[in-house]
Amino acid sequence: MLNAALPWLLAGFLIVLGAGAVRRISLWRAGRPAPVDLIAGLMAMPRRYLVDLHHVVDRDKAMSNTHVATAGGFVASMALILLVHGFGVDNVWLARALLLTTVVMFAGAVLVFRRRLNPPSRLSKGPWMRLPKSLLVFAATFFIVTLPAAGILPDGFGSGILAFVLLAGIVAGLGEMLLGMGWAGPMKHAFAGALHLAFHRRPERFGGGRSTGLKLLDLDTAGDKTLGVAKPADFTWNQLLGFDACVQCGRCEAMCPAFAAGQPLNPKKLIQDMVVGLAGGTDANYAGSPYPGKEVGKAKGSAIEVITEGLVSQETLWACTTCRACVEECPMMIEHVDAIVDMRRFLTLEKGTTPGKGSETLQNLIATDNPHGNDPASRTYWAADQNLPVMADVKEADVLFWVSDGAFDMRSQRILRAFVKIMKTAKVNFAVLGDEERDCGDLARRLGDDATFQSLARRNIEVLKKYRFKRIVTTDPHAFHVLKNEYPDLGGSYEVLHHTRFINELVEQGRLQLNARTGGTVTYHDPCYLGRYNGEYDAPRAVLNAMGIQLAEMERSGFRSRCCGGGGGAPITDIPGERRIADMRMDDIRATGAEVVAVGCQQCTAMLEGVVEPRPEVQDIAEMVAAQLVDVAEPATAREVA
Amino acid sequence: MSLDKSLKVRVLVSVGQHPKSGRERRADQDSRALELALGMPGFSVGLLHAGSESPALREYLGMGVKAIDVLKQPSSADVVPALVQALRNDSPDLVLCGTRAETGEASGMTPYRVANALGWPLVPAVVSISRGSDGTYEVLQALPRGQRRLLKVRTPFVATVDPAAAEARQSAFGPAQRGQLQAVAVASVADPAANDLEFSPARKRPKRIAAARKATTAAERFKAATVKSASKGGQVLVKETAAEKASAILNLLVAEGVIAVDSPS
Repeated sequence: MLNAALPWLLAGFLIVLGAGAVRRISLWRAGRPAPVDLIAGLMAMPRRYLVDLHHVVDRDKAMSNTHVATAGGFVASMALILLVHGFGVDNVWLARALLLTTVVMFAGAVLVFRRRLNPPSRLSKGPWMRLPKSLLVFAATFFIVTLPAAGILPDGFGSGILAFVLLAGIVAGLGEMLLGMGWAGPMKHAFAGALHLAFHRRPERFGGGRSTGLKLLDLDTAGDKTLGVAKPADFTWNQLLGFDACVQCGRCEAMCPAFAAGQPLNPKKLIQDMVVGLAGGTDANYAGSPYPGKEVGKAKGSAIEVITEGLVSQETLWACTTCRACVEECPMMIEHVDAIVDMRRFLTLEKGTTPGKGSETLQNLIATDNPHGNDPASRTYWAADQNLPVMADVKEADVLFWVSDGAFDMRSQRILRAFVKIMKTAKVNFAVLGDEERDCGDLARRLGDDATFQSLARRNIEVLKKYRFKRIVTTDPHAFHVLKNEYPDLGGSYEVLHHTRFINELVEQGRLQLNARTGGTVTYHDPCYLGRYNGEYDAPRAVLNAMGIQLAEMERSGFRSRCCGGGGGAPITDIPGERRIADMRMDDIRATGAEVVAVGCQQCTAMLEGVVEPRPEVQDIAEMVAAQLVDVAEPATAREVA
Repeated sequence: MSLDKSLKVRVLVSVGQHPKSGRERRADQDSRALELALGMPGFSVGLLHAGSESPALREYLGMGVKAIDVLKQPSSADVVPALVQALRNDSPDLVLCGTRAETGEASGMTPYRVANALGWPLVPAVVSISRGSDGTYEVLQALPRGQRRLLKVRTPFVATVDPAAAEARQSAFGPAQRGQLQAVAVASVADPAANDLEFSPARKRPKRIAAARKATTAAERFKAATVKSASKGGQVLVKETAAEKASAILNLLVAEGVIAVDSPS
């Protein structure tokens, strides 16, 4: 009886799956068009899944093995089920292979089940608690159903009451796996996730690449085109697809500094709200951690309703520091930061509701090319005693030193002076732009004002065109990132180096000699825009090593470094939370017992020095190096000249 | 007066100048005037600018207004006749503007001259306007040191907005680009004085600090330097003749050293 019913059951479930898939695809197609090579994406998909995605999942070995067994077991089982039970291929070995795959899947499902016995808070509950049971039922049922075909039990097995039990198991198992896949059950992640990997908006991220620069916004407002993302349908279709791929594992939530600080942001909830938006409905079925301080169940929206009018509150979008910890951690490679900035663009460019000091800062950037409204003609006052070569005079230099807005800040000026001292000691042929330099546009862009970013960037590129230089070096990782990764879209491609890499080169070439540093323990804080955005983890450590420093690493360092709280305009928008992100980071630093924390970013310096004393001292690597320089000046010739 | 009738408020806006960079921008006080107008329910808000058609005017559009009427005037023109003509054609209930412009003469005389030409009263240093019960308006006026005075004013009137009024909302790029700068043709009247003017950057006026007489502590000196003493002396001249009033003013100016008077020889 079962054998007769199975092919029809399978066919029925597959048809329903197909119908669900078509509906889901139509939901994604509500989004804006995106340039995606469909064929190449589909061809690359298996590799992206098996290699790139696996690398991310594999950071949690136990979960990685669990998923390989469960997913691998399921995919193989499903293929064999179609052959053995669907098309009735009568082959004992095929059936025995199916037995093996169901056993593997069952083993994986047992691990999933055990993980769900006492799940960590980052995991979503709800239907996700049902999934391991469904997996067990699926694997067990098909194991038993296949026994006769494998020649282990007689053909007549599975009749009477047992047949009904097995039938119930088949319906439950196929229901979760196939129906749920097409109709927004937990298994949706397999279907949407596979396509998301194929049609990812940043294909450069696969194969060990990196793509972190924000995408350029078309500023054309003709024909009442809305700037930025107002409604879910304003996202590109592959962004919507990406939201649907979320498995609600909460790794983003565990890493998000704003969530930890009790600010009203939870990256996982945000992505789930986007799913609510694209499909229409409310967040009543969401079974994970809420946005801190906000109740779940009140949000509702649809693809054509404005997101910030009922689905997501504005302060949620402004709490993000754009540190990219969530993106780095996401096993589905979802692009949270892109989505947040897209929605911020609407709020800033169309609604004019940038919170806190946002309005004032953007006005300053427009009127004075720097965020604090300083006189643009006072940009070189910090270097009045430094006798710096200016590009307008020399026209040409090996190194263009991009000073950044640190020029206006007295604390940052100490870093700039230290770096100038280093370059002079190493006899680097460098020059600065002086008053011709402008803010790089990072802050305006993260605040959603792509118009001001593009205006600043275009004018900077015009200035840079006038001079000849080999490379740009800057002490500001934000300027570093923007010049390196975001100016190329506007026609400015340069070799850009962070000062730590440049100093490391000088040390390696023997142009700088450093004394061994004595004194207490040192730890190093990876700036987000240097580390996660640009993969620069080694050069700062190498420089510290060259001074004989043995680093006491923090638990969260390298690609898992916790943000200082200073990125993405967060100090400007200043969304209240229960704690300050900088305080939490300082606790990380204190836990190493370090007396000095080395940093490579003036924003990080400002944020960490904002923590009340007593606390470890904060020093930029340039300052530490400048204090350890071996004076290699030639005293003999110097005296002769004198 | 029926409340159903849509009331018209016209905000006079000028092209401002950033104090540090000297770049054109929306003028701070004018944008506060627009903010005040946008916060008044039941009014249709229109913007009027006389002068050059600067792209900086779009910053006002970015606050959420669809269009600005631009009365194109050469830089040597007196903008007051053009404004008055446009306002007469338009006949608004209320005209708002900043206290003084950030460029040009920046004398603060424009609103007075406009009000004078229209024959309307002028209320200076306004921070908020709300509708009263009997067709009048309750106007809150800013006085020095945070004091406020409530006035009842009947429309139409001209009001200048105090720098203490609510800060202007953010100007958004999208609406600023979509808004219209509508050119309105008006005659221009040359300002004969314009050619003889010489412009130099404004300086902050020195503040008079009262010296502490017998200060023994820093707190007393601080208080003496910051707290404005209540006006002492002075006289109220109401019934006196114009000549007597004028001579009282002259005497004060001489006593304060504002005007040097040659000693009679």
